[in-house]
Amino acid sequence: MILRLALATLTRRRARTALTTAGVAVATAMLLDMVMLGSGMRESFRGFIEQQGFQLRITPRGTMPFDTEATVGGGAALVVALQGDPDVVRVAPIIGTKGFVTRAGTDSVIGAFLLGLDPTVQGDYILAEGRDVAAPDEMVVNAAWLASTGYAVGDTVALAAGYEPQVRRLRGIKTVRIVGRGRFVMLAGGDRAAALPIATVQAIGGEERRDRVSVVLVATRTGADVEAVRARIERADPRLSALSTTAALRFVDERLSYFRQLAFILASVSLAVGFLLVTTLVTVSVNERIGEIAVMRAIGVARWRIVAQVMIEGVALSAVGAILGLGLGLVTARWLNGILATFPGLPAAFDFFLFEPSAAFRSLGMIVLCGIAAGVWPAWRAATLPIARTLREEAVA
Amino acid sequence: MTSPPLVLSARDVRRDYPVAGQPVHAVRGLSLDVSEGEWVAVVGPSGSGKSTLLNLLGAIDRPSGGSISIRGQDVARMGDAEATRFRLTGIGFVFQRFYLMPTLTAAENVELPMSEAKVPRAEREARAKELLRYVGLGERTGHRPFQLSGGEQQRVAIARALANRPALLLADEPTGELDARTGTEMITLLDRLNRDGTTIVTVTHDEALAGAARRVVHMRDGAIVDDVTVRPL
Ligand SMILES: Nc1ncnc2c1ncn2[C@@H]1O[C@H](COP(=O)(O)OP(=O)(O)O)[C@@H](O)[C@H]1O
Ligand SMILES: [Mg+2]
Repeated sequence: MILRLALATLTRRRARTALTTAGVAVATAMLLDMVMLGSGMRESFRGFIEQQGFQLRITPRGTMPFDTEATVGGGAALVVALQGDPDVVRVAPIIGTKGFVTRAGTDSVIGAFLLGLDPTVQGDYILAEGRDVAAPDEMVVNAAWLASTGYAVGDTVALAAGYEPQVRRLRGIKTVRIVGRGRFVMLAGGDRAAALPIATVQAIGGEERRDRVSVVLVATRTGADVEAVRARIERADPRLSALSTTAALRFVDERLSYFRQLAFILASVSLAVGFLLVTTLVTVSVNERIGEIAVMRAIGVARWRIVAQVMIEGVALSAVGAILGLGLGLVTARWLNGILATFPGLPAAFDFFLFEPSAAFRSLGMIVLCGIAAGVWPAWRAATLPIARTLREEAVA
Repeated sequence: MTSPPLVLSARDVRRDYPVAGQPVHAVRGLSLDVSEGEWVAVVGPSGSGKSTLLNLLGAIDRPSGGSISIRGQDVARMGDAEATRFRLTGIGFVFQRFYLMPTLTAAENVELPMSEAKVPRAEREARAKELLRYVGLGERTGHRPFQLSGGEQQRVAIARALANRPALLLADEPTGELDARTGTEMITLLDRLNRDGTTIVTVTHDEALAGAARRVVHMRDGAIVDDVTVRPL
């Protein structure tokens, strides 16, 4: 009967209940998104770096860790030297540059990011269609490249390493076959990209690119002291700086700590908003029924039953709101992820929002706890009201 | 002939309201005995302390002094839980403004105190029906308060007050919000209740209601100034 009374109170003012539930749902969605954002960026970066299976990333000294513009010479010798380290099991040299093709059936020139790598040890793309590069004149491209050039997997194209727009002249042309389509994890969704064997990219680049590398990825033996290997590499070649994935993660973590703090603050604000919404509604509803409550007390309804009735109201509101908010939060997270994925300069495979069931349950739990806490004060007030005086005041009102 | 046992015995009851600066002495040293089967109408000018007295008798308020014993239990010294329990099972309340739960049907309103007293569902449903039939609302059990007239609501309130078979029915101006005709119906119902054995104390300034009671107690300034038994038991 007490449960019925509590729920009847909520259905009595349908619009008000619906609005408050919607408010709680929005607060929950916000909370959930912030929790997802806080852990999502970090986790997806970790997966992202670790997926490549390399522990060290070697770049020309003085460049940003994920910059591929700068290069160092003596690539072949560098690879041999690195392979000479007893703790190193795999070395993957990469060069990043630009490549050009003429759009199918037209004479307009399209530029794209060109990645020279060792297809057998690469960690830059995930093959989505066709097969991997197996010969010097084979190439894997991404969907954006196919879309803007009008070619398809299986086509043969003339790939150029340079383009002089003033005279409309391509240079360093090589005929290559598109053998596959891949998803380039480091690139933003809209960026065009193509990958070929590093030797091909170095060759068509002419003098400028000969034997140069932008990044060398190094995999160490299991159990090796990655930090020691890193130090050895930097000592051996002062032109280089080596970054371990753990250090990279730490670096990213530091960069993201700002986001996480923001997420934490916004999450707390959401919780506070949820709490205030529910307390407000429950307080208003108690005030509105103060006479009824006094009558219930007068005819012998126990204090704890009044408390239960008021608390049920808060919990029911926040629980329903929380469940709706879960759905809303997931939808908005996906939507925001979609927006952020097309953000220039951000890798497409980067997830900002990571759905972890435990985090979702924690958020829902927090909202429901808020609902419980929100009911405490109004419930206490309702349960301890002076019966005779309240009845008298109600009669006057 | 042995006189019927006392249901209520109030001794030297006082109730002061600590209003800032000038405390109000709403009830000042009042004593009253009510025997089983009596119907007492407390009358007096507005502000003479009638409602205050009724609230004290019904354990929804505590006296500043004196003692109130109902069926041998000292109401004045009960803690909240005990007083609540006592109100649930020992007292039936009827208020001027009916005060039914608007979200519950007539039957559910009558069942509420029984549900609180943990009367099994089947039993309380049967009793609610029976009580509503008794007050003449046998056909309206499923109606909500807003679907009932004032007189009908007050009859539901009486059925609710009787739900747990209280020793004493307390009614504060039960005809106060009713027109003359429904007021008369209410008086007839109370009279029938009393004839069937319910001990009643009503507070009223309705002369017809006071006239129907067996005994009329006059109050003025928080004290009893006259006590007349019109129809002895
Ligand atoms: N809660 C209260 N606080 C202060 N004064 C009160 C309170 N309740 C009643 N009184 C005062 O006590 C006196 C008696 O009131 P009441 O018992 O309601 O009289 P009646 O029911 O006879 O009209 C009045 O003067 C009233 O103003
Ligand atoms: Mg009064």
